[in-house]
Amino acid sequence: MNNPVTSIKLVLLGEVAVGKSSIVLRFVSNDFAENKEPTIGAAFLTQRVNINEHTIKFEIWDTAGQERFASLAPMYYRNAQAALVVYDVTKPQSFIKARHWVKELHEQASKDIIIALVGNKIDMLDEDPTERKVAREEGEKLAQEENLLFFETSAKTGANVNEVFLKIGENVPLKQAADGSNNGSGLNVRRDNGWIWQTRLIQPRKPLTVAAESLVVLITKVHISFPERFRTEYGGVAAWAVNLCKTVSWNQP
Amino acid sequence: MDQEKVDTDYDVIVLGTGITECILSGLLSVDGKKVLHIDKQDHYGGESASVTLSQLYSKFKQNPPSKEDREGKFGKDRDWNVDLIPKFLMANGELTNILVHTDVTRYVDFKQVSGSYVFKQGKIYKVPANEVEAISSPLMGIFEKRRMKKFLEWISSYKEDDVPSHQGLDLDQNTMDEVYYKFGLGNSTKEFIGHSMALWTNDDYLQQPARPSYERILLYCQSVARYGKSPYLYPLYGLGELPQGFARLSAIYGGTYMLDTPIDEVVYADDGKFEAVKTKLGTFKAPVVIADPTYFPQKCKSTGQRVIRAICILNHPVPGTSSADSLQIIIPQSQVERKNDIYIAIVSDAHNVCSKGHYLAIISTIIETDKPHVELEPAFKILGPIEEKFMGIAELFEPKEDGFKDNVYLSRSYDASSHFETMTDDVKDIYFRVTGHPLVLKQRKDPEQE
Repeated sequence: MNNPVTSIKLVLLGEVAVGKSSIVLRFVSNDFAENKEPTIGAAFLTQRVNINEHTIKFEIWDTAGQERFASLAPMYYRNAQAALVVYDVTKPQSFIKARHWVKELHEQASKDIIIALVGNKIDMLDEDPTERKVAREEGEKLAQEENLLFFETSAKTGANVNEVFLKIGENVPLKQAADGSNNGSGLNVRRDNGWIWQTRLIQPRKPLTVAAESLVVLITKVHISFPERFRTEYGGVAAWAVNLCKTVSWNQP
Repeated sequence: MDQEKVDTDYDVIVLGTGITECILSGLLSVDGKKVLHIDKQDHYGGESASVTLSQLYSKFKQNPPSKEDREGKFGKDRDWNVDLIPKFLMANGELTNILVHTDVTRYVDFKQVSGSYVFKQGKIYKVPANEVEAISSPLMGIFEKRRMKKFLEWISSYKEDDVPSHQGLDLDQNTMDEVYYKFGLGNSTKEFIGHSMALWTNDDYLQQPARPSYERILLYCQSVARYGKSPYLYPLYGLGELPQGFARLSAIYGGTYMLDTPIDEVVYADDGKFEAVKTKLGTFKAPVVIADPTYFPQKCKSTGQRVIRAICILNHPVPGTSSADSLQIIIPQSQVERKNDIYIAIVSDAHNVCSKGHYLAIISTIIETDKPHVELEPAFKILGPIEEKFMGIAELFEPKEDGFKDNVYLSRSYDASSHFETMTDDVKDIYFRVTGHPLVLKQRKDPEQE
């Protein structure tokens, strides 16, 4: 099946040693390295995820340590569509730093960036629940105030790690990404309360009579709860529209 | 948390985050050297940075307008990335080569520049980029075009070890003027080749051996052939992305970055060799330091050249360019009775360097009189109405010594040329002096293919 691919630039932020790279390693290779050295050499990892009929390719940018002395380049935030702000649930200082990064993202990054707040290292609480120094409620509160996704994870056990990326994938506006890197398919996707609107631009085999620029637009509306097979094969409630105007509004199928 | 626990010993310390220093830092980190890279300013790029409009105002104007006035006229500050030094990349040039080999192209997107134009008798004309354009171009008469074609065929077929292809010319013995004579090229064609293709800024090259001119013309032709419209590429979000991209490369390979960290003192050993720098974050040692001229002014001298640059904001495309979103205009010296050419580099919102509907034009030339701003008049006339203008004069510096004596290796100021070829020469030269071996570019591993 040839799914349309949407590339998403995702940036990682958080204090040193909260497990940013470990979360990515778990997500990308389902692996974990004890006492991992600070990041060197691999600061651009990619991973593909299928969500509904769409393949999302995460391009994950690591800070490469440049955040240590306030030396993160504007390039880092440029065009980032998603960000992971990570803290360590056993280190209150790292949660303070997470607040700082959320603020920085609001200032530096694009307005519609999707930010996930991630409290990592929950595996440490299994051994000793008193290790927890940042209450779950604190994280939830910050997430609610700043309109962030919120998760508590363990890169070590893998708990909740994939969920973070899947949730981001579901929330990313696919339309925008399709416009950029994957224009060929002419696919637009809009989400509305569980319903997925797809607008697909079809190049007519023969030029239409009225105007050479005429476009045929296929609009499909499917509900997210429909089974995967049903969605791909029958396309839900389909409607053909022949648009003979030169201007096609992509946002309003 | 670990900010206090910084290593104090490095293989190389690099001062300044201009593009020259950042490329060197990246290359040395990839080589496995432990690099500490410091900038006294709080942003990347040094002299080769791209700045926002508010930064531009505070740099050039004593009474900048209020935020409300500025945003009312020019839109949001973050939409602006204005280059301080105008340059384009030659599509087939050495910087492109370095970018591709180091994979820094992953972090920076490029666009082709729409055209190169040349000023002749009061008007601007597009420099032909293909045969069709060449045939229809009014820049040359029909007979001259034939001679020009013969000349270009000689350039493209010239092979070092194939003597007949030399057509009796010796690149190291014959001057460029003699080459022109051989092909019977007239003065206006000479001017066209020398200034629009070889990109010489004055006529000194005519009496020098032909080889450098041959190499420049070949580079120009190969660069045009690569993408079609012009020989130039330009990065989205401005030239300032380049130093950032190479800094990221360096960081990925273990380089440590400290911005906003002035150098309080440079420490030398008893034998006069560089030993350490003292900063607010501590003292850092390395056997070698690489820096831009601003960090060691006493070890630099003036090249005797001064460059005037005028950054102009327009709200219209340049007249006579078919509304091109980006272009270069060359005003050859002889057309305006000067010794040095005037360059204009124009980019626009298509490159994410200014807010919608605006164009940025940067005029530059080597100063010849004591009224440098008057020297730019012919360029202002070409541009039409100008919304805002920022003018600055830069003296060009070069190191006094090669760095072997004290292990202080200094880069040169960015010159008046319209591309990065002299900058990459400087990079390779410093790399050779620091490491003792010439730069050999190797392809980075692609993590996706592993």
